[in-house]
Amino acid sequence: MADKKPARKLAIIASKGSLDMAYPPLILANAARMSGVDVDVFFTFWGLDIITKKKMNKLNVAVVGNPSMHPWFHIPTLLGIIPGMSAAASAMMRSEIKKLDFPPVGEFVQLVMDAGANLFGCKMSMDMMKLTEKDLVEGAKVLGAMEFIEMSDGAQLLFV
Amino acid sequence: MSVLDKVKFDADGYMEDSNAWTPEIAEAIAKREEVTLTERSWVVINYARNEFKVKGEAPTLRNITKNTDVDTKELYSLFPGGPGKMAAKVAGLHKPTGCI
Repeated sequence: MADKKPARKLAIIASKGSLDMAYPPLILANAARMSGVDVDVFFTFWGLDIITKKKMNKLNVAVVGNPSMHPWFHIPTLLGIIPGMSAAASAMMRSEIKKLDFPPVGEFVQLVMDAGANLFGCKMSMDMMKLTEKDLVEGAKVLGAMEFIEMSDGAQLLFV
Repeated sequence: MSVLDKVKFDADGYMEDSNAWTPEIAEAIAKREEVTLTERSWVVINYARNEFKVKGEAPTLRNITKNTDVDTKELYSLFPGGPGKMAAKVAGLHKPTGCI
Protein backbone atom coordinates (compact mmCIF):
# COMPACT_ATOMS: atom_id res chain seq x y z
CA MET A 1 0.00 0.00 0.00
CA ALA A 2 2.91 2.33 -0.64
CA ASP A 3 1.97 5.80 -1.84
CA LYS A 4 1.95 5.67 -5.64
CA LYS A 5 0.50 9.12 -6.26
CA PRO A 6 2.87 11.75 -7.75
CA ALA A 7 4.78 13.60 -5.03
CA ARG A 8 2.76 16.48 -3.58
CA LYS A 9 4.49 19.87 -3.55
CA LEU A 10 3.83 22.90 -1.39
CA ALA A 11 5.15 26.42 -2.04
CA ILE A 12 4.85 28.89 0.83
CA ILE A 13 5.35 32.64 0.60
CA ALA A 14 6.22 34.15 3.99
CA SER A 15 5.68 37.91 3.83
CA LYS A 16 5.46 38.92 7.48
CA GLY A 17 8.20 39.07 10.09
CA SER A 18 6.42 39.58 13.39
CA LEU A 19 6.82 36.84 16.00
CA ASP A 20 3.24 35.65 15.63
CA MET A 21 3.40 35.56 11.83
CA ALA A 22 6.76 33.76 11.69
CA TYR A 23 5.35 30.56 13.11
CA PRO A 24 2.55 29.68 10.63
CA PRO A 25 4.83 29.25 7.59
CA LEU A 26 7.41 27.34 9.66
CA ILE A 27 4.83 25.05 11.27
CA LEU A 28 3.17 24.31 7.93
CA ALA A 29 6.49 23.75 6.15
CA ASN A 30 7.54 21.34 8.88
CA ALA A 31 4.17 19.55 8.91
CA ALA A 32 4.38 19.11 5.16
CA ARG A 33 7.85 17.58 5.40
CA MET A 34 6.71 15.27 8.21
CA SER A 35 4.02 14.00 5.81
CA GLY A 36 6.49 13.55 2.98
CA VAL A 37 5.39 16.63 1.00
CA ASP A 38 8.11 18.63 -0.84
CA VAL A 39 8.33 22.23 0.37
CA ASP A 40 9.84 25.48 -0.94
CA VAL A 41 9.48 28.60 1.21
CA PHE A 42 9.99 32.08 -0.28
CA PHE A 43 10.68 34.78 2.32
CA THR A 44 9.80 38.22 1.05
CA PHE A 45 9.54 41.73 2.52
CA TRP A 46 9.32 41.52 6.32
CA GLY A 47 9.20 37.76 6.08
CA LEU A 48 12.90 37.99 5.27
CA ASP A 49 13.57 38.71 8.95
CA ILE A 50 12.67 35.09 9.73
CA ILE A 51 15.79 33.84 7.94
CA THR A 52 18.07 36.84 8.57
CA LYS A 53 20.68 35.77 11.13
CA LYS A 54 20.72 39.05 13.02
CA LYS A 55 16.95 39.30 13.30
CA MET A 56 15.49 35.79 13.44
CA ASN A 57 15.74 35.44 17.22
CA LYS A 58 14.63 38.98 17.95
CA LEU A 59 11.22 39.06 16.29
CA ASN A 60 8.53 40.90 18.17
CA VAL A 61 4.78 40.85 18.27
CA ALA A 62 2.98 44.16 17.65
CA VAL A 63 0.75 45.34 20.45
CA VAL A 64 -0.71 48.40 18.75
CA GLY A 65 -3.22 47.62 16.03
CA ASN A 66 -3.36 43.96 16.99
CA PRO A 67 -6.86 43.05 18.16
CA SER A 68 -5.88 39.46 18.89
CA MET A 69 -3.55 39.88 21.84
CA HIS A 70 -5.98 38.29 24.25
CA PRO A 71 -5.47 36.00 26.19
CA TRP A 72 -1.72 36.52 26.47
CA PHE A 73 -1.69 40.18 27.02
CA HIS A 74 -5.03 41.86 26.76
CA ILE A 75 -4.20 45.55 26.66
CA PRO A 76 -5.94 48.51 25.11
CA THR A 77 -4.27 49.93 22.00
CA LEU A 78 -3.62 53.27 23.73
CA LEU A 79 -1.50 51.59 26.41
CA GLY A 80 0.35 49.68 23.71
CA ILE A 81 2.34 52.78 22.83
CA ILE A 82 4.11 52.70 26.20
CA PRO A 83 7.79 51.83 25.62
CA GLY A 84 8.58 48.20 26.43
CA MET A 85 5.02 47.00 25.94
CA SER A 86 5.81 45.14 22.70
CA ALA A 87 8.93 43.58 24.24
CA ALA A 88 6.93 42.38 27.24
CA ALA A 89 4.20 40.91 25.04
CA SER A 90 6.86 39.23 22.87
CA ALA A 91 8.57 37.71 25.91
CA MET A 92 5.24 36.37 27.09
CA MET A 93 4.46 34.90 23.71
CA ARG A 94 7.91 33.26 23.50
CA SER A 95 7.28 31.60 26.83
CA GLU A 96 3.86 30.32 25.69
CA ILE A 97 5.42 28.93 22.50
CA LYS A 98 8.10 27.21 24.57
CA LYS A 99 5.46 25.61 26.79
CA LEU A 100 3.99 23.96 23.69
CA ASP A 101 7.48 22.57 22.94
CA PHE A 102 7.83 24.61 19.76
CA PRO A 103 11.43 25.83 19.23
CA PRO A 104 12.48 29.48 19.01
CA VAL A 105 12.43 30.89 15.44
CA GLY A 106 16.16 30.35 14.74
CA GLU A 107 16.07 26.73 15.86
CA PHE A 108 12.80 26.15 13.99
CA VAL A 109 14.31 27.46 10.74
CA GLN A 110 17.19 24.99 11.16
CA LEU A 111 14.69 22.22 11.90
CA VAL A 112 12.71 22.74 8.68
CA MET A 113 15.94 22.86 6.67
CA ASP A 114 17.14 19.62 8.29
CA ALA A 115 13.73 18.20 7.42
CA GLY A 116 14.48 18.96 3.78
CA ALA A 117 12.51 22.15 3.11
CA ASN A 118 14.17 24.60 0.69
CA LEU A 119 14.35 28.21 1.91
CA PHE A 120 14.76 31.23 -0.33
CA GLY A 121 15.25 34.94 0.31
CA CYS A 122 13.48 37.26 -2.13
CA LYS A 123 16.13 39.04 -4.18
CA MET A 124 14.22 42.31 -4.54
CA SER A 125 13.50 42.51 -0.79
CA MET A 126 17.14 41.75 -0.02
CA ASP A 127 18.35 44.49 -2.34
CA MET A 128 15.93 46.90 -0.69
CA MET A 129 17.15 45.98 2.79
CA LYS A 130 20.81 45.91 1.67
CA LEU A 131 21.25 42.27 2.56
CA THR A 132 23.37 39.58 0.87
CA GLU A 133 23.23 35.80 1.05
CA LYS A 134 25.79 35.97 3.89
CA ASP A 135 23.20 37.75 6.06
CA LEU A 136 20.82 34.82 5.68
CA VAL A 137 20.90 31.64 7.73
CA GLU A 138 23.32 29.13 6.23
CA GLY A 139 21.57 26.97 3.65
CA ALA A 140 19.06 29.60 2.51
CA LYS A 141 19.49 30.82 -1.06
CA VAL A 142 18.65 34.05 -2.86
CA LEU A 143 15.99 33.81 -5.55
CA GLY A 144 14.09 36.14 -7.86
CA ALA A 145 10.29 36.17 -7.80
CA MET A 146 10.06 34.88 -11.36
CA GLU A 147 12.35 31.95 -10.60
CA PHE A 148 10.22 31.10 -7.58
CA ILE A 149 7.06 31.10 -9.68
CA GLU A 150 8.72 28.82 -12.21
CA MET A 151 9.99 26.55 -9.46
CA SER A 152 6.54 26.27 -7.88
CA ASP A 153 4.97 24.97 -11.10
CA GLY A 154 2.47 22.29 -10.10
CA ALA A 155 2.75 23.07 -6.38
CA GLN A 156 0.00 24.15 -4.04
CA LEU A 157 0.65 27.76 -3.12
CA LEU A 158 0.22 29.33 0.29
CA PHE A 159 0.65 33.03 1.09
CA VAL A 160 1.29 33.98 4.71
CA MET B 1 0.83 -15.90 3.65
CA SER B 2 2.02 -12.73 5.29
CA VAL B 3 1.99 -11.79 8.96
CA LEU B 4 -0.11 -8.82 7.85
CA ASP B 5 -3.02 -10.98 6.72
CA LYS B 6 -4.60 -10.98 10.16
CA VAL B 7 -3.72 -7.37 10.99
CA LYS B 8 -6.42 -4.72 10.64
CA PHE B 9 -5.47 -1.34 9.16
CA ASP B 10 -7.38 1.92 8.82
CA ALA B 11 -7.92 3.60 5.44
CA ASP B 12 -4.55 5.38 5.67
CA GLY B 13 -2.60 2.23 6.47
CA TYR B 14 -2.15 2.66 10.22
CA MET B 15 -2.76 -0.35 12.48
CA GLU B 16 -6.16 -0.24 14.14
CA ASP B 17 -5.04 -2.09 17.26
CA SER B 18 -1.63 -0.79 18.33
CA ASN B 19 -1.46 -3.44 21.06
CA ALA B 20 -1.47 -6.24 18.47
CA TRP B 21 1.88 -4.98 17.10
CA THR B 22 4.95 -7.24 17.00
CA PRO B 23 8.46 -6.62 15.59
CA GLU B 24 7.62 -9.08 12.79
CA ILE B 25 4.61 -6.95 11.85
CA ALA B 26 6.90 -3.89 11.79
CA GLU B 27 9.22 -5.63 9.32
CA ALA B 28 6.26 -6.56 7.13
CA ILE B 29 4.75 -3.04 7.20
CA ALA B 30 8.16 -1.58 6.35
CA LYS B 31 8.43 -3.92 3.37
CA ARG B 32 4.95 -2.93 2.21
CA GLU B 33 5.85 0.77 2.52
CA GLU B 34 9.20 0.17 0.80
CA VAL B 35 11.21 1.29 3.83
CA THR B 36 14.38 -0.62 4.79
CA LEU B 37 14.73 -0.99 8.54
CA THR B 38 18.20 -0.70 10.08
CA GLU B 39 19.48 -0.85 13.63
CA ARG B 40 18.98 2.93 13.75
CA SER B 41 15.35 2.64 12.60
CA TRP B 42 14.79 0.36 15.58
CA VAL B 43 16.07 3.03 17.96
CA VAL B 44 13.16 5.18 16.71
CA ILE B 45 10.61 2.36 16.64
CA ASN B 46 11.46 1.14 20.14
CA TYR B 47 11.34 4.68 21.51
CA ALA B 48 7.97 5.30 19.82
CA ARG B 49 6.59 2.04 21.27
CA ASN B 50 7.76 2.98 24.75
CA GLU B 51 6.19 6.43 24.46
CA PHE B 52 2.96 4.80 23.32
CA LYS B 53 3.00 2.53 26.37
CA VAL B 54 3.41 5.51 28.68
CA LYS B 55 1.29 8.16 26.95
CA GLY B 56 -1.06 6.14 24.75
CA GLU B 57 -0.15 7.92 21.52
CA ALA B 58 2.59 8.30 18.93
CA PRO B 59 5.38 10.70 19.98
CA THR B 60 5.99 13.88 17.96
CA LEU B 61 9.13 13.96 15.84
CA ARG B 62 10.50 16.68 18.11
CA ASN B 63 10.00 14.37 21.06
CA ILE B 64 11.91 11.62 19.22
CA THR B 65 14.86 13.83 18.21
CA LYS B 66 15.07 15.38 21.68
CA ASN B 67 15.07 12.09 23.56
CA THR B 68 17.05 9.74 21.31
CA ASP B 69 20.41 10.24 19.57
CA VAL B 70 18.63 10.27 16.19
CA ASP B 71 18.62 13.84 14.82
CA THR B 72 16.18 15.36 12.33
CA LYS B 73 18.29 14.69 9.23
CA GLU B 74 18.83 11.05 10.15
CA LEU B 75 15.15 10.60 11.00
CA TYR B 76 14.22 11.74 7.49
CA SER B 77 16.78 9.43 5.91
CA LEU B 78 15.57 6.45 7.97
CA PHE B 79 11.92 6.99 7.05
CA PRO B 80 11.70 8.39 3.53
CA GLY B 81 8.23 9.53 2.52
CA GLY B 82 7.70 11.50 5.72
CA PRO B 83 8.88 10.23 9.11
CA GLY B 84 5.76 11.64 10.80
CA LYS B 85 3.66 9.09 8.95
CA MET B 86 6.15 6.30 8.36
CA ALA B 87 7.60 5.92 11.86
CA ALA B 88 4.10 5.69 13.35
CA LYS B 89 2.93 3.23 10.71
CA VAL B 90 5.87 0.89 11.17
CA ALA B 91 5.60 1.14 14.96
CA GLY B 92 1.95 0.12 14.69
CA LEU B 93 0.68 3.41 16.11
CA HIS B 94 -2.14 5.68 15.01
CA LYS B 95 -1.57 8.76 12.90
CA PRO B 96 0.32 11.29 15.08
CA THR B 97 -1.77 14.26 16.16
CA GLY B 98 1.12 16.52 17.19
CA CYS B 99 2.02 19.49 14.97
CA ILE B 100 5.79 19.29 15.29
